[in-house]
Amino acid sequence: MAKPSIAVHKFSSCDGCQLAFLNAGEDLLTLSELIDIRHFLEAGMADEEAKVDIAFVEGSISTDEEIERIARVRANSDFVVTIGACATAGGLQALRNLDDNHEAWKNAIYAKPQFITTLDYARPVKELIKVDFELWGCPVNGRQVLAAVQQLLFGVAPLQSNDKVCMECKRTHTVCVMVAENRPCMGPVTRTGCGALCPRFGRDCYACFGPAENINGPAMAARLQGLGLPPADVARRFLFINSQAGDFHEIGRQSYRRGFDDD
Amino acid sequence: MKSGDKAIDEDSTMTERSVSIHVPAMTRVEGEGALRLRIENGRIEELALDIFEPPRYFEKFLEGRRYHEVLDTVARICGICPIAYQMSAAQAVENAFGIQTTDWTRDMRRVFYCGEWLQSHALHVHLLAAPDFLGFDSVVGMAAEYPDAVRRGLRLQGLGNSLISLLGGRSVHPVGACVGGFFRAPTQVEVDGILAELHAALPDAVELVEWAAALGVPDDPQGFTSVSLRHTDDYPMAEGRIVSDAGLDITVDDYEKHFAEEHRQQSTALFSLLDGQPYLVGPLARLNLNLDRLPDASHRLLTASGIRFPSNNMFLSLFARTLEIHVAIVEAIRLLEAYQQPRSPYQEVETREGVGCGATEAPRGLLWHRYTLDNDGIVRAARIVPPTSQNQARIEQDLHRSLAAFGIDQQDDDLRLRAETVIRNYDPCISCATHFLHLDVRRT
Repeated sequence: MAKPSIAVHKFSSCDGCQLAFLNAGEDLLTLSELIDIRHFLEAGMADEEAKVDIAFVEGSISTDEEIERIARVRANSDFVVTIGACATAGGLQALRNLDDNHEAWKNAIYAKPQFITTLDYARPVKELIKVDFELWGCPVNGRQVLAAVQQLLFGVAPLQSNDKVCMECKRTHTVCVMVAENRPCMGPVTRTGCGALCPRFGRDCYACFGPAENINGPAMAARLQGLGLPPADVARRFLFINSQAGDFHEIGRQSYRRGFDDD
Repeated sequence: MKSGDKAIDEDSTMTERSVSIHVPAMTRVEGEGALRLRIENGRIEELALDIFEPPRYFEKFLEGRRYHEVLDTVARICGICPIAYQMSAAQAVENAFGIQTTDWTRDMRRVFYCGEWLQSHALHVHLLAAPDFLGFDSVVGMAAEYPDAVRRGLRLQGLGNSLISLLGGRSVHPVGACVGGFFRAPTQVEVDGILAELHAALPDAVELVEWAAALGVPDDPQGFTSVSLRHTDDYPMAEGRIVSDAGLDITVDDYEKHFAEEHRQQSTALFSLLDGQPYLVGPLARLNLNLDRLPDASHRLLTASGIRFPSNNMFLSLFARTLEIHVAIVEAIRLLEAYQQPRSPYQEVETREGVGCGATEAPRGLLWHRYTLDNDGIVRAARIVPPTSQNQARIEQDLHRSLAAFGIDQQDDDLRLRAETVIRNYDPCISCATHFLHLDVRRT
């Protein structure tokens, strides 16, 4: 039997989620024995059109070329798995979607904006093609990615963790930074998977793993206001790394305003 | 055509060879880049490192965010060197607010930075660069023939990640650093654990330097200006003045008086120039300018290697990276052996209106930031100049002369490999460079 094959495709991103593979150390070598890595530019494999069992996609879609390329990835792959916030929910660069800011930003940064072919919006992959499985996180970690590979190769749907960060804090006996220190922690609405890193480091969670299941957004926003955050700051808590994720987008938009407070 | 294909067209009917080499998607670099090389009648007519990574506009969406959101934002510019972004940003914001960090914070930032150098350099040396010199497409192929060297590299990379996690919680986009210091101080038990690992890794680092010295890279001297930070006592990482081997010696605040970015019509990228000229940043430049700042053990290792520095052979960048891996381990051991639990890991921050600049040595070179903040600590303007923008002009200059020196009548595959090797020497981080790069609409 032929070895199962995978590809790792990069779109608009920081390259950090690919590191889940490249930082895997010995596991990377083991993985390369078990499966055939057909395309993974940073690792040195270049065959973009390869037919594969699983394609991992990093990055959001923000150019015409990327729209065409992601369609080819879909056509060539049995399973498409998004890795990380950019592919799954647009990532930080999707902040430009909020105010139709793209034209203004392009003109401000670039001397010759006519050379910029970037689209006005940075989109999560699922807005363009069918995605079979999503791995949330900014960044995803090796444990998530390798577990997904293993489970898919065994023919089972990967286990998705929808729990909230709060649950992880309770399990690890971490003192609640919201209750004990009045920090504007996003743990009550954020998906676990990081191991409650920020509360364990004595700081408030900033929701880099995206929204958890069945969140109570309005209650969270009210609590943040109760902690003294002005409405614009409440909005920015929701509209940060996963600003395009439905639940966060909706609640964040309610108190969002463009520009500076005194404008 | 498949984007991974390496297209080489040759018109053999011409008396003088005409060759066009196009590598549409470069492998083993961070981010998306392509190489274009066209030779006609024995002359290089076109040669460029194209950058087609889409821009993500970080400077713009930093505007309107509070100072304490900056570190979590700029980390996302680069997954391979998030600490460099966080440390340059922290320094710039602290300068704007007039905050003097404690010795503990400065020491721990250096340890944090050691972790990133270790991780990023080990990744680059083993997974990205060494396959060029040993004749492999990827580390996977290389591991079959050189299992010990590859495993040693992966171990060092893993140690770098552990060191970052000690202070940052995780190695990609770590969460531990803040303006004013760190959110949390490691426990003595954690420090002792990592110290044992660092000591155990020292022989690996020594062997790695010896291995790199024996690698047999091409001897190809060329003229260039080295630019790096320089610190009063230490090998430069998280602070210092900006110096060059052409006599430049300025504060971080004066950067914009000497360095300017230029856009060339035929290029898709911004070129950063020092007084109008290309220059080099990164490990080779750092080593050239800071030989007298090496820790003693690293200096002895350098002397024993028989390789002479300062050097004008760009191919020794890989060797310089391995020596810096040794420096990172030696320095982390020195600082952690003196570790003491602080009363508080951070200082309280008082916001005030101002402009602050910061510069640190990212694994691939000088990374400069400037922030304008208002009274409430809200970012009004930001400017970030990453190392790859600074090396861009130098890379193209190097490509022109390296390929000429190599001989453009060489086999096409050899020419292509040499060109790619030259580019990888700079460890270009295209994801970093991109927010500042102009994209060309003329796609083929």
